[in-house]
Amino acid sequence: MDLSSFLLQQIINAVFLGSIYSLIALGYTMVYGIIELINFAHGELFTAGAFIGVIVLTALQQMGFVETHFVLTMIIVFVMSMSYVAVLGVAVEHVAYKPLRTSSRLSALLSALGMSIFLSNGMMLSQGVSDRAYPQVFGIEGIEFMGARITNGQIFIIILAVALMVGLQLFVHRTRLGKAMRATAQNKTMARILGIDIDQTIRITFMIGPALGAAAGVMVGLHYGAVRFDMGFIFMIKAFAAAILGGIGSIPGAMLGGLIIGTIEVMWAAFLPSAWKDVTTFTVLIMVLYFKPSGLLGEGTTEVRV
Amino acid sequence: MTNPQAILKLTDVHTYYGNIHALKGISCSISKGEIACLIGANGAGKSTTLMTIFGVQRASQGKILFNGKPIQDLKPEKVAALGVSQTPEGRQIFPRMSTYENLEMGAFLRRDKGEVQKDLEWVFSLFPVLKDRMGQLGGTLSGGEQQMLAIGRALMSRPELLLLDEPSLGLAPKLVEVIFETILQINQDSGTTIFLVEQNANMALGISDTGYVMETGKIVLADKSSVLLESEQVKKAYLGE
Ligand SMILES: Nc1ncnc2c1ncn2[C@@H]1O[C@H](COP(=O)(O)OP(=O)(O)O)[C@@H](O)[C@H]1O
Ligand SMILES: [Mg+2]
Repeated sequence: MDLSSFLLQQIINAVFLGSIYSLIALGYTMVYGIIELINFAHGELFTAGAFIGVIVLTALQQMGFVETHFVLTMIIVFVMSMSYVAVLGVAVEHVAYKPLRTSSRLSALLSALGMSIFLSNGMMLSQGVSDRAYPQVFGIEGIEFMGARITNGQIFIIILAVALMVGLQLFVHRTRLGKAMRATAQNKTMARILGIDIDQTIRITFMIGPALGAAAGVMVGLHYGAVRFDMGFIFMIKAFAAAILGGIGSIPGAMLGGLIIGTIEVMWAAFLPSAWKDVTTFTVLIMVLYFKPSGLLGEGTTEVRV
Repeated sequence: MTNPQAILKLTDVHTYYGNIHALKGISCSISKGEIACLIGANGAGKSTTLMTIFGVQRASQGKILFNGKPIQDLKPEKVAALGVSQTPEGRQIFPRMSTYENLEMGAFLRRDKGEVQKDLEWVFSLFPVLKDRMGQLGGTLSGGEQQMLAIGRALMSRPELLLLDEPSLGLAPKLVEVIFETILQINQDSGTTIFLVEQNANMALGISDTGYVMETGKIVLADKSSVLLESEQVKKAYLGE
């Protein structure tokens, strides 16, 4: 393998990993954007999505459904995982965050941490502590070009991730409800004065963000072949870094941040001692924040000029 | 004051911020189709009055009737749905939404697309500069443009009652005149009832039918604006004469 195909291979891997980080990061950034809270339970919601995926996919495989209706299988797996986690997200908001909306930020933050521990333990008790194998439905087939290789599974995951992100952009910029969500994020009192039900827009945010995280969870399961109750942690750290790097609260920022974190990680591991890759990720994060504290695409200030 | 035509009627309204007693029993009555103004010094409670009408602040006591219907316990989004709109203090433009999107949000509760389009044209005819700024982000507009946008946005709901909080604040004198002329024009074009809060007493009394003077949480004077303009008390305290 010559250098150019090696490089191309790394780019493919970077885009793949990056798009998964981006999807997860969107959940952090959307929730932060609307209620200025880091949803520490997001990593667990991502893991829950992966578990629903493995449960549904395993069941469908045992029924022999995967061979006969592959596309339908994928639709069912993703839709069920995402809807389950969307409902879970709303429940988390209702139980842990809504009652604290007017209290101090510290209380909400502690509540978020508590929710994270609660969900993590819940999954440990219900799903066990060991790895759970994901059915390998994609096999190892793929496409080779210019000496690099991309598997069918990777192609599928990248296309789906991009489609979800494009869909999200269309939703927040083109639909009435999406615009209401942005208005709520920018000025709650004004949004209410214009007739927007902010409880509803906050609820919708807590459906969409976690649902995207759930999709990423299924993707990770499909690609890496296993899930475990604590898998959310490392992805959470990376995606959170991506959200901060891109500018927390900014949707395009989360997408860009995910791609950058994925690229750094992959490139570092490809050319340099891979043990250092996570350190590098955070070094870059700290450096960017040093020069631009609001993140790459973050708003320097959200105040309206008077 | 008894007023059978009242679109808005406040009776003995009290509002607190924690233990700060900001409104100490406000009563007033605004007739359909008129421009009423509320003047008073900084901190008198003018903004609180508007926010209490809208349900952003809750009245601890008293009654607020809109078209005869009690609204003192309604949430802001419900008050908006009844046909009240507001340009709050500080304009409150959505900074990361375009001028066009800000106007669109004004029509959030409306489903009559064709009529919304007509109102948009009307807003552009009132404030032509907004048309040139259509795609520009709200946060990047000048203070005057933001004020026009705030008024335009409030009109997009086609309100029966429009609450304006110090539209002249921080604007150049020429622009202040434009804004006041437009307020008058809005009232004449559409018959919208306007409740105008101002520190610029001269201008406000000049374009309004009824005036209220507020001091530390209480309404101390209420009369026809033309009468207030001639009142010695008002002249001394608010008109700088
Ligand atoms: N959010 C708030 N918290 C506490 N006190 C407030 C708040 N807003 C206004 N006040 C107080 O209520 C009183 C009336 O304020 P306001 O209605 O803003 O006056 P005006 O609009 O006439 O300048 C003032 O004493 C002010 O300090
Ligand atoms: Mg005020």
